[in-house]
Amino acid sequence: MDIFLFILFASIAVFCAVNVVVQTHPITSALSLVGVMGALAVLYLLLGAEFIAAAQIVVYAGAIMVLFVFVIMLLNAGGEAKSAGRSQMVRWLGIPLFTIFIGLLSYIVQRSVPAGPGVSFGQFTGGTPRDVGRLLFTQYLLPFEATSVLVLIAILGAVVLARKEIE
Amino acid sequence: MPESYVELYFPVFLQVLIAMAVAGGMIGGSYLLGRKVKNRIKDTPYECGITPTGSARGRFSVKFYLVAMLFILFDIEAVFLYPWAVVYRELKLFAFVEMFIFIVLILCGFFYIWKKGALDWSQQERPPEER
Amino acid sequence: MNFFLLSLLKAAVVAGALLFTLAYLQWVERKVIAHIQIRMGPSRVGPHGLLQPVADIIKLLTKEDLIPPYVNKFFYMFAPFLAITLALTSIAVIPFGPEIEIFGVRTRMQLADLNIGVLFILGISSVGVYGIVLAGWSSNNKYALLGGLRSSAQMISYELPMALAIVAPLLLANTLSLGELVEKQGGAFLGVVPRWHVFQMPFPQVVSLIVFLIAGFAETNRIPFDLPEAENELVAGFHTEYSSMKFASFFMAEYANMITICSMATVLFLGGWQPLWPAALGSSYVPSLLFAGAAAVMIYHGLHPARPKDRYTLPAAGVVFLLIAGVFLLPPLRPFLIPVFWFASKTGFLLFVFIWVRGTLPRFRYDQLMRFAWGFLFPVAMLNLLATALVVALVSR
Repeated sequence: MDIFLFILFASIAVFCAVNVVVQTHPITSALSLVGVMGALAVLYLLLGAEFIAAAQIVVYAGAIMVLFVFVIMLLNAGGEAKSAGRSQMVRWLGIPLFTIFIGLLSYIVQRSVPAGPGVSFGQFTGGTPRDVGRLLFTQYLLPFEATSVLVLIAILGAVVLARKEIE
Repeated sequence: MPESYVELYFPVFLQVLIAMAVAGGMIGGSYLLGRKVKNRIKDTPYECGITPTGSARGRFSVKFYLVAMLFILFDIEAVFLYPWAVVYRELKLFAFVEMFIFIVLILCGFFYIWKKGALDWSQQERPPEER
Repeated sequence: MNFFLLSLLKAAVVAGALLFTLAYLQWVERKVIAHIQIRMGPSRVGPHGLLQPVADIIKLLTKEDLIPPYVNKFFYMFAPFLAITLALTSIAVIPFGPEIEIFGVRTRMQLADLNIGVLFILGISSVGVYGIVLAGWSSNNKYALLGGLRSSAQMISYELPMALAIVAPLLLANTLSLGELVEKQGGAFLGVVPRWHVFQMPFPQVVSLIVFLIAGFAETNRIPFDLPEAENELVAGFHTEYSSMKFASFFMAEYANMITICSMATVLFLGGWQPLWPAALGSSYVPSLLFAGAAAVMIYHGLHPARPKDRYTLPAAGVVFLLIAGVFLLPPLRPFLIPVFWFASKTGFLLFVFIWVRGTLPRFRYDQLMRFAWGFLFPVAMLNLLATALVVALVSR
């Protein structure tokens, strides 16, 4: 059951991710990226990370991607023209080489990262908001407080970027 | 009580399916049942009866963009508040102080943007002497 | 009983009830607005226009389904689909009642009691922006695009105070599961005052509730925050180019979101399905008394009819109401019906407030709207949150 769900949502994620690159219109690409975020949230859920899944939706799909869509609308970006004159070699060699690259990459990752205990659907239950809160506000307090400084800097950056337009 | 995550989330999945079926049924139903009569005037964008001029996708105030950007930042703060609220009674004053520092730092940013007038949507319309 | 079969059954019941409510909420709104403006409202189709929703659906389904040639077809169709799908999904985590035993099966009167129930609703509502943005953008119309942009900027601006207003009662309950949230609001102070978050010591969440409701008006694009569809400047906003059922689907999504917001307010602040005062003091007889009282009024007016028709219709309706009052007294159904009654009456009251406000207030100007969100609602929600946190930290042992 869980392997089926994993394959389903993983393929949705991959399909959307490929779509981001393939589509010529920026809005379509941005919305495919929202699809990737949604599928990733479900994958987090399958691993038992409930809070992370919810945060993924609220922050990435609900806030960051809205900004992307806004910027695309703001710039009135239209569809991009497909680049002409690409050589036939790209078409014929691209896919096999890409497959080999992915294969090599996964091999290296599998070799270099030690196999941890497998987390299957429903076995890990330490991802509830309560568990996250306990760790975040005791053990990982410093990173949490550092986040606020980061956010503050980002706020100043946002205003500085937009200042010329406002004044 | 459901025993596993499958049982816990199955009804949500079911509800999504039902919602999609209702939405698809509504839109598909009207697509199939409605008559279609085409004519040239009907095929122009609605603009109060005037012939449309220029592109519909003009450029917009940078404020929209700024609001979206600030929303991300404050939304990150808001997401942190949820696990904090859940464990609040375990840590009490300690949790309060932690979050207070966090919020005060972010509110500094808020006052900065407020003073900069970045969120004042009426600013551009005002005559210069009022600024 | 098989879990899957059971949840299938529950989902069917909830979906049926939700769609029925959606259809009739629109009728109720038209009637209430009409009476506020001293009009009759729908009154032609069926008695008191009660069949109006059916007529509307038939009309909308058979209207011309116009897809203008200049729109982006895929997104033009996808936007209303997304809007309805998301709006109908949130109901999955709303608790309508406690755990009950019915025909020998123990089950919660809730589709799914997630550990992240509150965040689930928040996530769904934050993704809901796309339906409107896409509708505005894909229509390729100036009004539609402006409406879509305005609406999304407004929705994200009011999402912040809403998120902060939700956290304050969570500080009292310390859980994100909606079922648990309601259970923690059971009982009463001094035996009378209910332990709902809006009354709960040490810090009653009145300010939070008000902020939540105001943000709720903005999130659902209702008057006084219906700038996205301000007809005097934007024709119809993001749905200018929509027709037939696709046009109606945005309204349906709006009503569904209204129901979600009101049930969330009920669950977070008004004690969900908990009664107004303890059952020991007879609160479980309230529904029967209310329906019996209504029946008595109807029968009285039937005996002294103002119009000749009333001689038959009012007593008939009165008898039906008496039967409903009787159903609330049946022992096997009581543990199931009474909580649903309380939940529905609180949510219904809040829905009425939404309609009432629409009949009363004028519309904001856009700059006022944005200044109100960032300059007033956000700081107020933040102060309320900090005050709640401080008091809870000092008081709780």
